[in-house]
Amino acid sequence: MAKAYWNKAEETLERNTLRKLQLKRLRETVGWALKTPFYRARLRKAGIFSTRDIKRLDDLKKIPFTTKDDLRECYPYGLLSVDLKDVVRIHTSSGTTGTPTVIYHTREDVARWTDLVARCIVATGAGKKDVFQNMMSYGMFTGGLGLHYGAERVGMTVIPIGSGNTKRQIQLMHDFKTTVAHITPSYMLHIYSKLSEANLSVSDLSLKKAYLGAEPYSENTRKKIEGLLGIDAYNSYGLSEMNGPGVAFECVYKRGMHVWEDAYIIEVIDPRTLEESCAEQEGEVVFTTLTRSATPLLRYRTRDLAFIYEGGCKCGRTHRKISRITGRTDDMLIVNGVNVYPSQIEEVIMRIPQVGTNYQIYLEKEGSLDKLVVKVEIYSKMFKGDLRELDALRERMQEDLRASIIISPAIELHEPGSLPVFEGKAKRVVDTRQKL
Amino acid sequence: MHCDGLIEEDSMKLVQISVFLENKKGRLFEVCSLLGKEKINIRALSVAESEEFGILRMVVDNPAKAVAVLKKKGFVANLTDIVAVEVEDNPGGLASVLAVFSKNDINVEYMYGFVEKFSQKAILVFRFDDADKAIRVLTRNKISIIGKKDIGNL
Repeated sequence: MAKAYWNKAEETLERNTLRKLQLKRLRETVGWALKTPFYRARLRKAGIFSTRDIKRLDDLKKIPFTTKDDLRECYPYGLLSVDLKDVVRIHTSSGTTGTPTVIYHTREDVARWTDLVARCIVATGAGKKDVFQNMMSYGMFTGGLGLHYGAERVGMTVIPIGSGNTKRQIQLMHDFKTTVAHITPSYMLHIYSKLSEANLSVSDLSLKKAYLGAEPYSENTRKKIEGLLGIDAYNSYGLSEMNGPGVAFECVYKRGMHVWEDAYIIEVIDPRTLEESCAEQEGEVVFTTLTRSATPLLRYRTRDLAFIYEGGCKCGRTHRKISRITGRTDDMLIVNGVNVYPSQIEEVIMRIPQVGTNYQIYLEKEGSLDKLVVKVEIYSKMFKGDLRELDALRERMQEDLRASIIISPAIELHEPGSLPVFEGKAKRVVDTRQKL
Repeated sequence: MHCDGLIEEDSMKLVQISVFLENKKGRLFEVCSLLGKEKINIRALSVAESEEFGILRMVVDNPAKAVAVLKKKGFVANLTDIVAVEVEDNPGGLASVLAVFSKNDINVEYMYGFVEKFSQKAILVFRFDDADKAIRVLTRNKISIIGKKDIGNL
């Protein structure tokens, strides 16, 4: 296999040099962090008053972990380390409750992020000649814009269609001879199942590669997608707190995702003891940004579970690889690539006087796609006997939920007392989806 | 005078029971058998349905008791005003009543028929946007309304 690099020098840095670079950039990052109200207080408590207090890479361990709740509490400006006039972009993501989390980017931050994504694309063997159909959502979700910028940087022909509208996806894929798709695995399978409706078969398409991300899936699903479509599928990993896509990506060998260690320090910890996990042992992934000036994050707990592959890679990249994400340490749900916390749904339900406090979140597969159903009990005092009123209530709940969790679930109204009641810890989420 | 009119209109309204029913086997049966056991007679009935739930609407001989019994059993039920109208039971009978509504700009939310017949005429239940206005128009057009007084005698 031909070895292509976006930036060979950076991607094949000798490990010792890489670590020295990490230390230099960690100091720089701590310097940025000390400019934010949140980290200034937190780092001082940990005995870190200036960048000089970071003498070796191991000093990272003096720094306490940062959590999603910290990010929420810092909303909106608590983690901003530059002058707002130097910020060119913000991305927010859903918090575990109504308060979002925000990440700021300067022009240089976006450029560095874009560069990491360009590395990922080239690592899969794609390049200028490819036609890239970006089937992830644009907007506040980082998946769309992240890959878009990277693909343009590489010089691919970008079709910025975003997610949804399957008919149009298939038409453009056919008419413009798309060779690379960026898509969730469930949507890729859905597209495949709809090809015949467009009177097309796989052989009418020019697709060669798919970048699969935003939701967990198994090796078997990858094999299935590769087999059905006759393509190579590459695993992509990212999270908005770490910019978005471009944190870790598979190379042509498809054995784990290279984490760009000159941009992130990765740690894997036991989520209960917070001790560092042994080599190749699964744990919670923790990242420290090294090159993002506007929003430095130190030891951010992702709540994603994975492990690090030790040792090199045949592709020649020296940046270590992580396994696919095997699970979560919290109750976050991933619905068609969108992250949803049950608490966000609960918060919306509790604001609506017509429904009771008992509810259930039900997840099922409809074809290859996920379907989210929110079941609530109507509150008898609010019942007026009017069907339109109930339909309006359902629509209102749907709109309120969409505003909070981006997707719009089906709402089922039930009689009081008909949903299961729990003593002690309620089991509100019923997930009947089989693991992809 | 206006005040008298209101009292008059109120006595001409009947109440209907609305029951929220989730789309589950046997729910309608449970309601009917419960009312049967309590010796409550159903005079008129209709079911409005949506995808996953329905609303059962009934005119019964003892609405207050019916609602109490249903609520005790955990049903979501409440009372709504409706107007019951006698309509000629022949071709065009309903149309002639609807023509009056249409001419007078009266909007019917929904309607359904009585189960039994008490005379040569059919009895239909109407839910109006503005029941008071509908009653005035019906009276003016000499269309017979079954009021609270009449229902007991049926």
